[in-house]
Amino acid sequence: MTNEDIEHLSAMLKARSGLILGSDKTYLIESRLAPVARKEGFSSVSALLTALRTKRDEKLMAMVTDAMTTNETFFFRDKVPFDQFKSDVLPALAKTRLNGEIKIWCAACSTGQEPYSLAMLMEESRAQFPRVNLDILATDISDRCLEKAQSGLYTQFEVQRGLPITMMVKNFEKVDEMWRISPKMRQSIRFKKLNLLDDLRGIGRMDVIYCRNVLIYFDLETKKKVLEQMAQLLPDDGYLFLGAAETVLGITDAFKPMPGMRGLYIKNQAVKTEAARRLA
Amino acid sequence: MKTCLVVDDSRVIRKVARRILENLQFEVIEANDGLEALNSCKEKMPSAILLDWNMPVMDGITFLRQLRKEEGGKQPVVVFCTTENDLAHITEALTEGASEYIMKPFDGEILEAKFSEVGLI
Ligand SMILES: C[S@@+](CC[C@H](N)C(=O)[O-])C[C@H]1O[C@@H](n2cnc3c(N)ncnc32)[C@H](O)[C@@H]1O
Repeated sequence: MTNEDIEHLSAMLKARSGLILGSDKTYLIESRLAPVARKEGFSSVSALLTALRTKRDEKLMAMVTDAMTTNETFFFRDKVPFDQFKSDVLPALAKTRLNGEIKIWCAACSTGQEPYSLAMLMEESRAQFPRVNLDILATDISDRCLEKAQSGLYTQFEVQRGLPITMMVKNFEKVDEMWRISPKMRQSIRFKKLNLLDDLRGIGRMDVIYCRNVLIYFDLETKKKVLEQMAQLLPDDGYLFLGAAETVLGITDAFKPMPGMRGLYIKNQAVKTEAARRLA
Repeated sequence: MKTCLVVDDSRVIRKVARRILENLQFEVIEANDGLEALNSCKEKMPSAILLDWNMPVMDGITFLRQLRKEEGGKQPVVVFCTTENDLAHITEALTEGASEYIMKPFDGEILEAKFSEVGLI
């Protein structure tokens, strides 16, 4: 791999998905792109990178961008953001959303475990909130991930990561050596391809945004831009969940941490007042 | 220190489970089949039991039914760990009072996740 190839790749990734490669990522590039190189008939990753730089082949660029994303996820990842949803967010919104509809956006849903966890959690809380209906939109930049998410098919390893056995029994059926989530769960989520670098206004109003473990790959400016657009989509009493290693502090004052609730953010008072003044 | 009884007729599996559980600060006791396990429990109830299904002498589900009839036998948290991976087996295990269910092959991450799911760690 020449430096020129790597620099070109970095620039392309930053422009297309926001991913900041960082230095010394030769190993990562090699391991992520080797399968693409093989599949597309290149003799090596170097050959693939050179073609990427010289040919401007849209299909190849898209494949490489997708392959370089980190899609690691699992059911009820970190647990806390789901416990908080059940104990605080859901009851608060159920009280104020009089038609019972709560709009949730999983902004980087990867292979679907996050939105499905929320849908299953809602089923568990059904008796307590008989009138609530979660409208879940789940988006990601990766076609590969979205396809899997939509199929609802998971390996035995994946259904054992984070998913309590009683929930598995209730919501999954065995298909050969795989496990498929019920049609009811699959139908309760709208999956859609979306790049967070794009204009997000089309998403419309959301009550809760899960934006977990994706901002970490972006630079500060991109993080800020994404977060500030998200603030526009949330009403003053909306909620934002970030990943365990992420924060708004030092990035934007559109949000502030919710006291005592790790990973949970609400819109900043200052922002609210500002918005109110503009409306007045 | 919490104790975990590992019931499996494979020495290799017991060894793997032992290593993982000791790292999670459990004191580990081993049994080769359901009957051995039952005798061990009669002597002293463990906090947790990692339980295989198919074993000679007495299988896992028979052991579990017997255990629940023993004095103090409702206390141990039972987690199945078996190659039986169909819904019928899983449902039966849960009905008989198992708290979690691991489908083999498993690794440290899965075992730790399941144990924390049921509040053992
Ligand atoms: C590590 S996963 C996080 C999945 C899930 N939210 C969680 O926390 O478990 C990150 C996901 O972000 C997606 N992603 C990366 N850049 C993106 C972008 N610019 N727009 C939308 N999704 C993106 C990747 O495709 C990947 O599936």
